Amino acid sequence: MSSLAVRKAAPAAGTTPGTAQGPPLRRRIALVPTVTLLLGALYCLLPVAWVVVASTKSGSELFSTFTFLPGTGLADNLTDLNAYRDGVYWQWMGNSALYAGLGALLSTAVSSVSGYALATYRFRGREAIFNVLLAGVLMPPVILAVPQYLLLAEADLTDSYLSVLLPQILSPYGVYLSRIYAAAAVPADVVEAARMDGANEWRIFTRIALPMMIPGLVTVFLFQFVAVWNNFLLPYIMLSDDEKFPITLGLHTLLEQGANTPALYTLVITGAFLAVLPLVALFLVVQRFWSLDLLSGAVKS
Amino acid sequence: MTDTARRKAYGVKGAPYAHPSPTTTLKRARSAPYFFLLPAGVLFALFFALPIGYAIWLSFRKVQVSGLGLGSGARKEVWAGLRNYTDALSDSELLNGALRVLGYGCIVVPVMLGLALLFALMLDSEKVRLAPFTRLAIFLPYAIPGVVAALLWGFLYLPDVSPFYFVLDKLGLPQPDLLDGGPLYLALSNIAVWGGTGFNMIVIYTSLQAIPAEVYEAAKLDGATPLQIALRIKIPMVAPSLVLTFFFSIIATLQVFSEPTTLKPLTNSVSTTWSPLMKVYRDAFGEGDIYAAAAQAVIIALATLVLSFGFLRAVNRRDKQEATR
Repeated sequence: MSSLAVRKAAPAAGTTPGTAQGPPLRRRIALVPTVTLLLGALYCLLPVAWVVVASTKSGSELFSTFTFLPGTGLADNLTDLNAYRDGVYWQWMGNSALYAGLGALLSTAVSSVSGYALATYRFRGREAIFNVLLAGVLMPPVILAVPQYLLLAEADLTDSYLSVLLPQILSPYGVYLSRIYAAAAVPADVVEAARMDGANEWRIFTRIALPMMIPGLVTVFLFQFVAVWNNFLLPYIMLSDDEKFPITLGLHTLLEQGANTPALYTLVITGAFLAVLPLVALFLVVQRFWSLDLLSGAVKS
Repeated sequence: MTDTARRKAYGVKGAPYAHPSPTTTLKRARSAPYFFLLPAGVLFALFFALPIGYAIWLSFRKVQVSGLGLGSGARKEVWAGLRNYTDALSDSELLNGALRVLGYGCIVVPVMLGLALLFALMLDSEKVRLAPFTRLAIFLPYAIPGVVAALLWGFLYLPDVSPFYFVLDKLGLPQPDLLDGGPLYLALSNIAVWGGTGFNMIVIYTSLQAIPAEVYEAAKLDGATPLQIALRIKIPMVAPSLVLTFFFSIIATLQVFSEPTTLKPLTNSVSTTWSPLMKVYRDAFGEGDIYAAAAQAVIIALATLVLSFGFLRAVNRRDKQEATR
């Protein structure tokens, strides 16, 4: 109410002639953006809302009752999912957490040292190294994944945790973001002062630069976590033992089998619902720590 | 700050001593960046450079079978010249896949970036309500894996499950098959649009926020309407982020793989060679012809590079023309 009163009061005290017939016009204009955004939000939330409801339905309810009518089968679905192949579903979730957690951690470590070096030192070949790393972004995953598979097969590493973990540690985009962030957050004179005081280069990095880079590195970590968690192609190519599958690949194989056994559809849906939860929770918890603007390469210094 | 205090703050241990001579500092600093870049360099060599080189090498090789192909010496790898490349370029399956992805991209890129720009402008407009909530809701699909997104939408496309068909049925309207023919492109595009709009919206919205408020004040004093401000000021000023999002969208489109692969079990219309990358996968792991697959992968990589650099050059040239105008 108070905001309405303020808005009504504003034109009364209006100083510019242009706003004389302000309130009705302004309110109509503010309505368009709000409604547009709400429609966008509705579109984006629709499949998520659907999977929440659908996971409560039993197999027969799924195909017979109205889509957004909650069913009665949630407990049974969870029990079935839990029982499916001795709880292999939870193994997939654990694997995804391992690939994404450890992978993103290592990736952030590599990105931070590389980004720091590229941002603070002037050395021969700096731009060349940076450009070669960046070209990695442009490489289609398949041109990498097929020979990566063949090379890892030579080393007897295919179908192992390492085959999914190792190729994802170096993230060109992560290095790029770290470089931008280090350049904005680590002042050159602070580095120089520490150097004058006799601190060695490694110590300058770990004790001075790294703490300054933490907010940016949180973003790099989350970005890489999402990238690994969402990756499908690499594990699809590397793994054959389904005990090592991440959740994306696990759900894909469940759906593939569901094409022949529709009873598995309720498992797929319940599994998809549970798989969406951790990342949505992660997003809601960390959104205040995550500087989304960094994703576009913009840094306020 | 005293010298000792500063040394303590930086975690320098040991007794104070004379500053090292500038030359030692310089020398140390000269080799330091290379040490810092060592892990990235090793990983790049092992997981980027080596595979790319190996793929190029394989693309010029083939297996020659002598006799009946039995025995250990009957199959050997020989030089194939450009044979794999000529085969790939005259392969109608690969060409059709490329055309399908082209059609798909012509829907995805404009719709996704158009919506992203629209939502970013709406978020940036004055007096908009519920902005934090809608911003998060539209960004949310970014957190959902492509496979899961395709799976969710796949079910929403199934007539027995979908609310859309339910509504169409109640209204007595015809029910199109979303997983076949032309509508299949729309169905697949929708998944990509749904997944990518939020990320691009954030990129554009961020650069909108960077525009100084004085610019708007001046325009308002001149009597510009919000629509005019959006079209004449905001969109031109965020052109660089539009270029960036366009660039990444093209690359992502060329590499579409997981969405059609996931929809495949739900319909017979998605073949194993629907997109070029799916064909590479099938040839390498389904048919076991890694040489043909390598040549196709190299062609796709080259096409990506040519398209992306061509795009960047076109943008740069236009920028220069505008600057000289």
